[in-house]
Amino acid sequence: MATAFANETATPSDRPLLEAVGISRSFGPVEVLSNINLALMPGEVHAIIGENGAGKSTLMKILAGHLPPTRGTLKIDGEPVAFTGPVDAEHRGIVLVHQEILLAPDLTVAQNIYLGREIRKGLTLDDRAMNKGAAQAVHSLGADIEPTTVVGRLSIAKRQLVQIARALLVPQRVVIFDEPTASLTLTETDALLKVIGEIRRRGAAVLYISHRLPEVKEIADRVTVLRDGKLITTRDAEGLEPVDMARLMVGRDVAKLYPDRVAAIAPTLALEVEGMNVPGYAENASFVLKKGEILGFAGLVGAGRTELLEGVVGLRRGSGKVKLNGHPVHFVTPRDSMRAGIVYLSEDRKGKGLLLAQDLRINVTLAALGQFVRGLLIDRKKEAAALDGAITEFDIRTRRKDLLAGQLSGGNQQKLLLAKMMLLNPDIVVIDEPTRGIDIGTKEQIYKFIADLAAGGRSVIVISSEMPELIGICDRIVVMRGGRIVGEVTGDRMTEDEIVVYATGVTSREAASMAGHA
Amino acid sequence: MSDTTTTAGEKRSLRDIDLRAVAPFVALAVLLVLGALVNPNFLGMDNLLNVLTRSAFIAIIAVGATFVISAGGLDLSVGSMSAFVAGVMILFMNSGAVAGIFPMLAAAMLLAVVVGGLCGLANGTITTVGRIEPFIVTLGTMGIFRALVIWLAEGGSIAMKAPDLRAAYRPVYFGNVLGVPIPVLVIIAVGLIGAFILYRTAFGRHVIAVGSNEDVARYSGIPVNRVRTLTYVIQGVCVAIAVLVYVPRLGAATPTTGLLWELQAITAVVIGGTALRGGVGRIWGTICGALILEVVGNIMVLSDLVSEYLIGAVQGAIIIIAMLVQRSLMRRR
Repeated sequence: MATAFANETATPSDRPLLEAVGISRSFGPVEVLSNINLALMPGEVHAIIGENGAGKSTLMKILAGHLPPTRGTLKIDGEPVAFTGPVDAEHRGIVLVHQEILLAPDLTVAQNIYLGREIRKGLTLDDRAMNKGAAQAVHSLGADIEPTTVVGRLSIAKRQLVQIARALLVPQRVVIFDEPTASLTLTETDALLKVIGEIRRRGAAVLYISHRLPEVKEIADRVTVLRDGKLITTRDAEGLEPVDMARLMVGRDVAKLYPDRVAAIAPTLALEVEGMNVPGYAENASFVLKKGEILGFAGLVGAGRTELLEGVVGLRRGSGKVKLNGHPVHFVTPRDSMRAGIVYLSEDRKGKGLLLAQDLRINVTLAALGQFVRGLLIDRKKEAAALDGAITEFDIRTRRKDLLAGQLSGGNQQKLLLAKMMLLNPDIVVIDEPTRGIDIGTKEQIYKFIADLAAGGRSVIVISSEMPELIGICDRIVVMRGGRIVGEVTGDRMTEDEIVVYATGVTSREAASMAGHA
Repeated sequence: MSDTTTTAGEKRSLRDIDLRAVAPFVALAVLLVLGALVNPNFLGMDNLLNVLTRSAFIAIIAVGATFVISAGGLDLSVGSMSAFVAGVMILFMNSGAVAGIFPMLAAAMLLAVVVGGLCGLANGTITTVGRIEPFIVTLGTMGIFRALVIWLAEGGSIAMKAPDLRAAYRPVYFGNVLGVPIPVLVIIAVGLIGAFILYRTAFGRHVIAVGSNEDVARYSGIPVNRVRTLTYVIQGVCVAIAVLVYVPRLGAATPTTGLLWELQAITAVVIGGTALRGGVGRIWGTICGALILEVVGNIMVLSDLVSEYLIGAVQGAIIIIAMLVQRSLMRRR
């Protein structure tokens, strides 16, 4: 186990290492993948691109044995196989590097890398050999991490690298990367791309899922585009530009996604924030929001956008001057800001927005429960009427009203969360990642709804990591980097290039290679 | 992928929710049949009322525990708290601070409820303001309350001295109204009030929301700490009510008063179908759970099948079995 690459035999041939034939997968009545045909050749880097909800994750989980397909077969070296689980797939040389971090935070780097396949010396563990192996594995990824460091102390990027190192320790024939660079720096990304080159050189196949199209362009031999669970095309990467890839992914004129609207911005200021500090996240941030305006907050993950706004509405401890309609206010708890007419819709819908294990009625009235209390009692009829109203107004698609919130799809959960917060009849709505994990049809509805809010004289703040979305619906965009507001764009200057320059602090070529990041 | 509806088993899930709510009552019915088979005297009115009466302490305390546990908390101190509240109450009655038998009884009862509420307030405040695990906090106060009662009793027991007071107070445990023992009426009253608060008021909804997901509750503008603290206060008041019924039974508080009551109360709550992780609360299930514990003990005493010294073991087994049943019902969703 001295080398980070345990793959010793490489016999390049024209036969696919791994083949998907007519793979379909349904969850209940919803088919999320239909009739996918895909062949991974030895020594190729095959990129899979597609929008959120296109079925990429499901396809990968099927290929790596985490999920069985509903229909269709998988073939390894032309022989049909049915994986009993991810361990079985790994034994056959198919390794999935997960997007989420799946490491034990209290164990060291080496202990994690060798977890479940520890090197033994007699009855005891051979820590020295494992530390040495781990150090080499990590080093080959261009990272400098002590193998004896406890994983919990590492940054997310370094944990990601440890996870990759762990995956590459077993003999591989097919390595599947699920957005491996999402949290990596440019240097780390370069090192990873080199490693991928090395895997390819040894004759294994790499399946690469990424949203960063320039990166895909750089390393992929072939590109497969998924849209709405269907395979749109598989093409050679040669001659396929990031722009073409984007067009294939979306499959229609993206501009139509966003509602036409005539901004009705009043000159009056709805919200003024001056010198806001949220310890550890945001520093000296100042911005204003006009009545009827849609203000965007752009920036990379970790730029402090969420935390800044949470500080403003009293969800986090922060200091600074906040004025509402010209009057100084100070919100200590979210209850204070709600009463004053500001609501915040969390990006973490499942963790902070809705009670997944409770039914729709309880969820929709939770924030505005005071409106439903008569004397001491909760008026259940009024609650039921509110739910009916929400279902109609927000087009929440549910076959029954007594479902649990967790049984709704992501898009319908977002609509339910909107309905819940709108019961408070707020003047200012802060929406964090309004369309994360939501299909394109629902996105369109949510954009229209946000536009209607502003048209109705309310003010909206949208925090989003999807730049096209911000550009499509906002009147003005504030850009944050490292906890500070570093720029503001409006009108013709609301372009991805402009925003990326502010968001990353880099320019020209570097900026271009980050363009897919968001 | 992230936008798919989880549709599998929707129809079944609804039936399962009912099943879990019904399970404790089915178990109690089975036990009643079993008891009748083991000993014909079991189903006699006297025996059943006796069982109900003796289950009162645990049932009343467990109603309070249902609030704490539904909100995602835990209170291990209820047994010691019972002894402490009982000790304070008896010492007050012995002091003769209030003239007249009934004014004294009323004052003592009021004092007990206030002391219980304050004990709960202490548990709740330390847990929420200090941000310490409720397990640890109430483990600490459990020791504190127990030591306080031993100290107050100077190692012995605290007994009611005035015979006229004892005589006047006695019916609260031993008396009945139209043949129904007063402790049973107290169980019903506490159950009704508890169910009303938990199921019909905004506070009850907030308790469930906090226990379901504290973050969601906070982001919905619910004062999480206040709700949590109040559940401990309710628990303290319930302990005090149980003490009001307990004191006239023996007329004394001893260092062993309320020993292991916390375990029985938590067992009753869990058997009743309340989720230990919070978010689900079943008041009537809890009372049913307390009855199950008492009925099992009674059957063991009335039969020769198992030594009654093993009551603790059987009750321990019941909580494990109840959890297994809950889990298997959950898995089928």
